[in-house]
Amino acid sequence: MFSGAALGAGALIVAVLFAVALFLVVQALPTFSANPADITGGRGFFDYIFPIVVGTLIAATIALLIATPIGVAVALFTSHYAPRRLARGLGYVVDLLAAIPSVVYGAWGASYLASQLKVPYAWLAENFGWIPLFAGPASGTGKTILTAGIVLAVMVLPIIASLTREIFLQAPMLHQEAALALGATRWEMIRMAVLPFARGGIISAVMLGLGRALGETMAVALVLSSGPLIASLIRSGNQTIAAEIALDFPEAFGLRMHELIAAGLVLFLITLVVNMVARWIINRHKEFSGAN
Amino acid sequence: MSKRIDVSDLNVYYGDFRAVEDVNITLDAKSVTAFIGPSGCGKSTFLRTLNRMHEVIPGARVEGKVLLDGDNLYGDGVDPVTVRSQIGMVFQRPNPFPTMSIRDNVLAGVKLNNRRISRSDADELVEGSLRGANLWNEVKDRLEKPGSGLSGGQQQRLCIARAIAVSPDVILMDEPCSALDPISTLAIEDLINELKDEYTVVIVTHNMQQAARVSDKTAFFNIAGTGKPGKLIEFAETATIFNNPREKSTEDYVSGRFG
Ligand SMILES: Nc1ncnc2c1ncn2[C@@H]1O[C@H](COP(=O)(O)OP(=O)(O)O)[C@@H](O)[C@H]1O
Ligand SMILES: [Mg+2]
Repeated sequence: MFSGAALGAGALIVAVLFAVALFLVVQALPTFSANPADITGGRGFFDYIFPIVVGTLIAATIALLIATPIGVAVALFTSHYAPRRLARGLGYVVDLLAAIPSVVYGAWGASYLASQLKVPYAWLAENFGWIPLFAGPASGTGKTILTAGIVLAVMVLPIIASLTREIFLQAPMLHQEAALALGATRWEMIRMAVLPFARGGIISAVMLGLGRALGETMAVALVLSSGPLIASLIRSGNQTIAAEIALDFPEAFGLRMHELIAAGLVLFLITLVVNMVARWIINRHKEFSGAN
Repeated sequence: MSKRIDVSDLNVYYGDFRAVEDVNITLDAKSVTAFIGPSGCGKSTFLRTLNRMHEVIPGARVEGKVLLDGDNLYGDGVDPVTVRSQIGMVFQRPNPFPTMSIRDNVLAGVKLNNRRISRSDADELVEGSLRGANLWNEVKDRLEKPGSGLSGGQQQRLCIARAIAVSPDVILMDEPCSALDPISTLAIEDLINELKDEYTVVIVTHNMQQAARVSDKTAFFNIAGTGKPGKLIEFAETATIFNNPREKSTEDYVSGRFG
């Protein structure tokens, strides 16, 4: 009975996924057969999609580079360092932050964070302008891809912190005690018996965070003053796929609509590839995972 | 090196609950001491206070003194981490690190504190410790394989190898055979007999034949009832405890007429 229901649910998920993929492919097809000159930008689909794919990846990478170490550190602090009462409060706050709608983060980024970052950006441009990533002139509004990345980081950080905390709490006491009994300090114990155990879980948590960062529309749309692809993170410019779709879809018709759906298909594929890579990393060490 | 442990007036609490009351006992160097008694009488609790492992449990605390060759483990400024590197522990369920190879498991304690160790010294230590745990011949061809792939008895001997690799003074064992089959149990008992040439061994067991087989001295713990603290009832040569105990409750327990 239960196994039947589980099988049904599993089949339903696969069917829905397949239906979505099919819809995307069918609706995207006209883009690929269209005259390249009719595509936005006038030089075919690849030239159109490439900059926003890169923009998407830049924003997501910035988000994860910031959110992963902080999220894991917050999780470890709550699970293994904080006194119990503080840990409970902190856990509650983190879970709450994870539930805040992205538009709120976007509004905060656009109305507060961006203007706060104007001065640091100008400083970066002045002192590190020789690095292409920080080439000036810095944006006058602070609405740059770096700001978008930071807002995304703030958004995904509670997700990563909350999920990894649960993993850390599940690390077997058995092995933690083994480490301590050998004369490990708390940090050594964490490195021996908690982090290796949590490795797969951390990667999964980061992937979920990445999924949210890749697909985020509102926060990016509000925070980024978009433009063509540029290397500098502190000038206005760049765009992400999700924000592009969200901003343009309401007015799109005909070929433009197919084009945006094709962009959605590309985003779908990026997510798929990223998840496959994560699976592969998790499985690579299966023999040593303790599952046997 | 092997060291003596002197315990005086030791009380152990979990929060407000006193789990062990007023234990006074001396555990001789180079000998095996067995702790026996009904479950819940505080054997594990007491054992863990001998290397301060009870401090891992929130709310657990100790009053009294534990001297390792005269040095108080609970003295001011004594780091529990140091205590545990001198007094090793083997647990009820074998717990090799599942993410490490057999070799890395043996070296786990030695590599702590970023101590550097040359490849050849490490090889020597791995072989010596695994031989010391009577495991070398069974695993020498698969040192890079995960420790979790071994049988339960082999895993437990791997844990013993890991404990002796850091050359402790004392090895504490909390029912090390209770999760093992009879053959593996015999292998561990043989090993315990060899370990006492170099270490002070303390073993908790609920198996009285095992206590009789492996130990030089035996301590019998008991509780008056649930919610009451455990007490050390009688401590003597193992032969005395089993053949000619002083206390009536000891005799009832070892003859199986308990409860
Ligand atoms: N982590 C703990 N927290 C609170 N009480 C505990 C804990 N561990 C053990 N106790 C209590 O301490 C007493 C002694 O337990 P234990 O040392 O495990 O006995 P034994 O090893 O002799 O079976 C029991 O009453 C048990 O319920
Ligand atoms: Mg016990």
